[in-house]
Amino acid sequence: MATAKETRHAALGLEPDRLLTMYRQMVLARAVDRRMWVLNRQGKAPFVISGQGHEAIQVAAASCMRPGIDWLCPYYRDLPFCLALGMTALEFMLAVFAKADDPNSGARQMPSHFGSDRLRIITSSSVVGTQVVHAVGVAYASKMRGLDEVSVTCIGDGGTSQGDWHESMNWAGIHKLPFICIVQDNDYAISVPHRLQMGVDTVARRAEGYGVAGEAVDGGDLLASYEAMQRAVERARAGQGATLISAKVARFTSHSSDDDQRRYRPQAELEALLRRDPIERFRNYLLDEGVLLEADDERIQQECTADVDEAVTAAEAAESPRPEDLLKHVYADG
Amino acid sequence: MAEKTLLQGIREALGEEMERDERVWVLGEDVGKKGGVFLVTEGLYDRFGEARVLDTPLAESSIVGVAIGAAMNGTLPVAEIQFADFIHPAFDQIVSEAARIRYRSNGDFSCPLVIRAPFGGGVHGGLYHSQSVEAYYAHVPGLKVVIPSTPEDAKGLLKSSIRDPDPVMFFEHKKTYRLIKGEVPDGDYATPLGKAAVRREGASLSCFAWGLMAHYCMQAAEELEADGVSVEVIDLRTLKPLDKETILASVRKTARALVVYEDNLTGGFGAEVAAIIAQEAFEHLDAPVVRVAAPDVPAMPFNKPQEDAFMPSPERIAAEMRKLAAY
Repeated sequence: MATAKETRHAALGLEPDRLLTMYRQMVLARAVDRRMWVLNRQGKAPFVISGQGHEAIQVAAASCMRPGIDWLCPYYRDLPFCLALGMTALEFMLAVFAKADDPNSGARQMPSHFGSDRLRIITSSSVVGTQVVHAVGVAYASKMRGLDEVSVTCIGDGGTSQGDWHESMNWAGIHKLPFICIVQDNDYAISVPHRLQMGVDTVARRAEGYGVAGEAVDGGDLLASYEAMQRAVERARAGQGATLISAKVARFTSHSSDDDQRRYRPQAELEALLRRDPIERFRNYLLDEGVLLEADDERIQQECTADVDEAVTAAEAAESPRPEDLLKHVYADG
Repeated sequence: MAEKTLLQGIREALGEEMERDERVWVLGEDVGKKGGVFLVTEGLYDRFGEARVLDTPLAESSIVGVAIGAAMNGTLPVAEIQFADFIHPAFDQIVSEAARIRYRSNGDFSCPLVIRAPFGGGVHGGLYHSQSVEAYYAHVPGLKVVIPSTPEDAKGLLKSSIRDPDPVMFFEHKKTYRLIKGEVPDGDYATPLGKAAVRREGASLSCFAWGLMAHYCMQAAEELEADGVSVEVIDLRTLKPLDKETILASVRKTARALVVYEDNLTGGFGAEVAAIIAQEAFEHLDAPVVRVAAPDVPAMPFNKPQEDAFMPSPERIAAEMRKLAAY
């Protein structure tokens, strides 16, 4: 029985070590993400799309998964998710610099179009919503083959307007698939606000209509996100079906390096966003609980910065793809 | 060896492949208990069960998208789109996704799936049950496009398609399903993709076609035989990869080329065949390359007079052959 003194993390069965691992993953993701923007301004990274503000739900979700067993069909804001599953800062920076050894796509795709066969992160396109259907197919195959695998996919609030999204949720409900769709609802699809995207406050309300479980969660709260994801994973693995998680998050950056959100978001709204920093919130929790000491935090920050420095140096020096490889991998035989 | 319909050839290939390899499964609208609207998958539900002969929701994009996901997780899906006319909602999943999985992952992921769809007209299907859609997909690197015209090929080419490591569009002319009968070898055989079939040797001109039009060209060629004009008829069988060698070798021999297709004239796949001949066999030609195709109207009308006027007929093909031979 829980006592009044039991901490939120203890109630979730989370040990301090795991909390610190997740904290470090969030800090590293933020450091990598921020560096991308610096590289963009330096003219070294032609394109940036960001996950800043989305770290808590992504890292929490990844920590409930078994990398290399469970599957992720990601979307373009899933840098923290992919790093938490085991992608390295260098592997990502190779994509940012468009280098030949980029494991995501050999630099064929823009950065943040994640893919890794090693980590079962399925290659994704730029067409919003297509990945959700693939995640359903993956889950159907797992079920058909009797494999204990969970298929997770992510999408933004705008993506839920796509037909592919609706078709996918319908399938997931019909077949009670081991499938989890995480909607990272940051209130904007580029510039289009939530109120013009859907007639409900949270897309999780639609879960019942598809015959799946619905969870509306504060995606900036790591522990709340963990709790919702853990429940969804248990449901999937127990054969009880799919879950739609709607996670409210803050989009700190413009849509991409080709956008300026000051054109369509009021200054006061942008300032208020900063009070919703998921990393700040988790850091305060850890400090309050004595899990993290100021000195440790400083060390973690420095180590993550060093990781990024090292990744940038190595990626910048790496080989570019060769023009003659343009024709490779169209078909299996060439 | 027994005489069977083209439809039976397809059904046999599906059953044998599902028997041989438990990774193979089929999905689509009405493919289960009903056995498909044309009964191509008849009997498979009873043999292999619901999980492997899956009736899907009425949503084409998800039929293909689910097949793509399942193909990346160790299975070999054969997705049926009920009519090629209804494939367009899945265009994005086929073109942006299936065709590019291997390329965009730099070879790390692949997408071994088959998408079957009945196409073509002459069955009073109207605008939305008659279309030829092969040109859209033959344009797309990463896809293969296969169109059988005989029962033997239907079985052998479908087996090759299912065993192929890349996504294959497998278009079946619905008028040939029961109209075309022929010997089908018993048991296992696979007809290689990328090889055209010389259906009839000839010296006066070369005629290239696929699907139902391959049969119409044969009828026209027989008619011309009586006039002493010897027509070579080549059934392309796979538009992608295309057997350019067989096409060019035939034109170098006859010096005249006729390309016949049921799709609209402009931008139909026959235009590509004509361009290849013009570019790579120009000095062997004694006459312009001629295309016989449907007119550039949106699609085939339901009423018989206009349907007949839309479809290239054996008579029209024969007339074009005569003109070309006399050029």
